[in-house]
Amino acid sequence: MTAPAIPAVPSVGVEADRSWRPRRLGGFVESAFKAHAILVYAFLYLPIVVVIVFAFNANRLATIWTGFSTEWFGVALGNGVIQKAIQNSLIVAFANAILATTFGTMAALGLQRVPRQLRMGFDVLTYVSIIVPEIVIALATLVFFATAFDFVNPVLAGAGGAGAFKLGFGHATIVAAHVLFNTSLVLLLVRARLSGMDRTQVEASFDLFATPWRTFTQITFPQLLPAIVAGFLLAFTFSFDDYVITSFVSGPGSSTLPLYVFGQVKRGVSPETNAVAAMIFAFTIGTLLIGQLLLARHARRTGSRGSDASVAGMITEAR
Amino acid sequence: MTVAAATSRREGSGRSALATGLLILPATVWYVLLLVAPLVIVIVFSFGEKARNGGYVPAFSLDNYGQVLLRPDPFIDSLRLATIGTILTLLIALPLAYFIATRGGRHKGMLVLLLVIPFWTSFLIRAYSWLIILGPRGAAGFIGDAIGEPAFRILGTDVGVMIGMTYGYLPLMIFPLYVTLERMDRALVEASKDLGAGRWATFRQITLPIILPGVITGSILVFIPMMGEYVIPAILGYGRTFLIGNALVLDFLEARHWPAGSAKAVGLIAVMMISITLYLWFLNRGRKTREVSVL
Repeated sequence: MTAPAIPAVPSVGVEADRSWRPRRLGGFVESAFKAHAILVYAFLYLPIVVVIVFAFNANRLATIWTGFSTEWFGVALGNGVIQKAIQNSLIVAFANAILATTFGTMAALGLQRVPRQLRMGFDVLTYVSIIVPEIVIALATLVFFATAFDFVNPVLAGAGGAGAFKLGFGHATIVAAHVLFNTSLVLLLVRARLSGMDRTQVEASFDLFATPWRTFTQITFPQLLPAIVAGFLLAFTFSFDDYVITSFVSGPGSSTLPLYVFGQVKRGVSPETNAVAAMIFAFTIGTLLIGQLLLARHARRTGSRGSDASVAGMITEAR
Repeated sequence: MTVAAATSRREGSGRSALATGLLILPATVWYVLLLVAPLVIVIVFSFGEKARNGGYVPAFSLDNYGQVLLRPDPFIDSLRLATIGTILTLLIALPLAYFIATRGGRHKGMLVLLLVIPFWTSFLIRAYSWLIILGPRGAAGFIGDAIGEPAFRILGTDVGVMIGMTYGYLPLMIFPLYVTLERMDRALVEASKDLGAGRWATFRQITLPIILPGVITGSILVFIPMMGEYVIPAILGYGRTFLIGNALVLDFLEARHWPAGSAKAVGLIAVMMISITLYLWFLNRGRKTREVSVL
C-alpha cells in the first residue's frame, strides 16, 4: 500500500526545486545587475567592433574615419609577406591540431586503464604544462632545442660531410612546442567527457562479442566526438593566434601571422593591419560557429542533450 | 562476471597492456622531451654563466639569482599588477556570473556563447584594438579635452596595461564562477531563509562557501597568465611598464643572456607558487573559522 507513495514524495520535492526562482531583490538591485551585464558585454565586444569598423576605413591614417572602403583588404591580401605568413600559420595550426588531438585522445583512452600512480604522475605533468606561464614554456623549449641541436648537428655533419642535413628552428619546432600545450587541453576535454560517459553501452558491446576496435568506432568514438571536435578547434585557433611561444621557437622563413601582426603593431596603427586583424577575427569566429553548428547537429542526431555538446559549453566546463 | 568473460579478459591482458602503453606513448614522449627536459635544462642553466657569443657555459654560480634579488622591480611590478588585475576581474565577473546563472533563463546558452566568442578570438589583435580605443584620438584624447589637459595619456602607463590585462583574462574568471553558481543547489538558500537567516547571513554561510572553489579556480587561472604577461605591456605599455615577461624576452631574445633569463624564469615560478600557496592557505583558514561559527 505504501509502495507507490514512496516515489511520489521525492518527486514532489524535485518539482518544487525546479520551479524555484530566485527571490527578486529590490527593483534597483535588479536593474543594477542588468546594467552591469550590459556594460560587461559591451566592454568585451568594443575592441572587436572597433577593429572591424576601422578595417573598412578609407583613410590612410587609420584612426580617423573618412569613409567606407574595402581597398585595404585587397592591399593586405596582395602583400607577399602576409600571404607567406598566412600559409605558415595554416601549416602550423593544422599540423598542431591533428597531432595534439590524436595524442590527447589516445592518452585519455589509455589512462583509463593504467595503475593509479602512473595516472597521477600523468595528471601532474598535464597540470604543470597548463599552469606554467606560457612564456616559461616558450623559453624552456627554445633552450632545449638549441641545446639539442648543438649536440645533434655536429654528429649529422660528421656523418654526411659538408652538405649534411642540419636541424634548425622552423615549422617543426613551432608545432612541437604548440603540441605540448594543446595535448594537455585535448586530454582534459576528452577525459571529462569519458568520465561522464555511460559505461553500460561499452559493456553491452563487449557482451555481444564486439572486438575492442569495433566497440571503439561504434560506441566510444561517437560519444567522445564533441570533446574531440572542441579540442581540435581549440588547438587550431590556439596555434593560429599564438604569439609568445611562436616568437621564441620560430626560424627564418617560418614567421606566422601573429608574428607579422606584432611587428606591425609595434610601429603603430595602420589600415593594412586593421584589415588583417578583421580577417583573423572573421576566420576564428567562423571556425567556432561552424564547430558549434556541427556539434548541435551531431547532438540532434544522437539525441544527447544540446547544452553539454556545444563547444562553448565544453570550454566553460573544462576550465 | 561470467567465467568465460573472466578468462578472456585474463588472456587479453598482455596484449591490452601493450595497447595501453602505445596509447599513452606519444603524450608521454612529448611531456618528457618538451616539458620535463626543458624545465630541467632551465634550472641547470640558471646556475651557469653566459658564453661570449650568447648561450651558456657550464658553471656553478649564484650570480644570476643575486641579480634577481638586486633588481626585483619587474617582479614587484608583475606581482602588483597581477594582484590588482585578479581582484578587478573578480569584482567584474562575480555579479555577471551570478546574473547569468540566476536570471539567464532560456538565454543562458546564448549568453555563455557570447562570452566564449571574444575569448576565442586573437588575444594579440584584441590588445591591438585597445591601441585605437585608448589612443590620443580615442579615450585619452577625449578625457584629456574634458579635463583640460591635452597631454593626458593612457597608453604607455600602468593604467593602459591594467585595462588590457583585465580585458584579456576576464572570461577565465567568469567561466568557473558561472559553472559553480549554475550547479548550486538553490534549495540550500531557500532552507537558510526558511530557518530565518537574513540575506547577508545566507550569503556568508551558504553561497560563499559554495562559490569559493569557483573563486579559487578563477583567481589562479587569471593570476598565472597575468604574472607571465608579455604581449600587453609590450603593446599597450609601449615597453615602459617593464614586467617579468618583458625581462625574459630581453634576456633570451635580445641580450642572449640565457643563464640570467633562466634564473628569472625560476624566480617567476617560485613567486607564483608562493603567492598561490599563501592565497589558498588564507582562504582555507577563513573557511575553517566559518565552519566553527556555524557549529
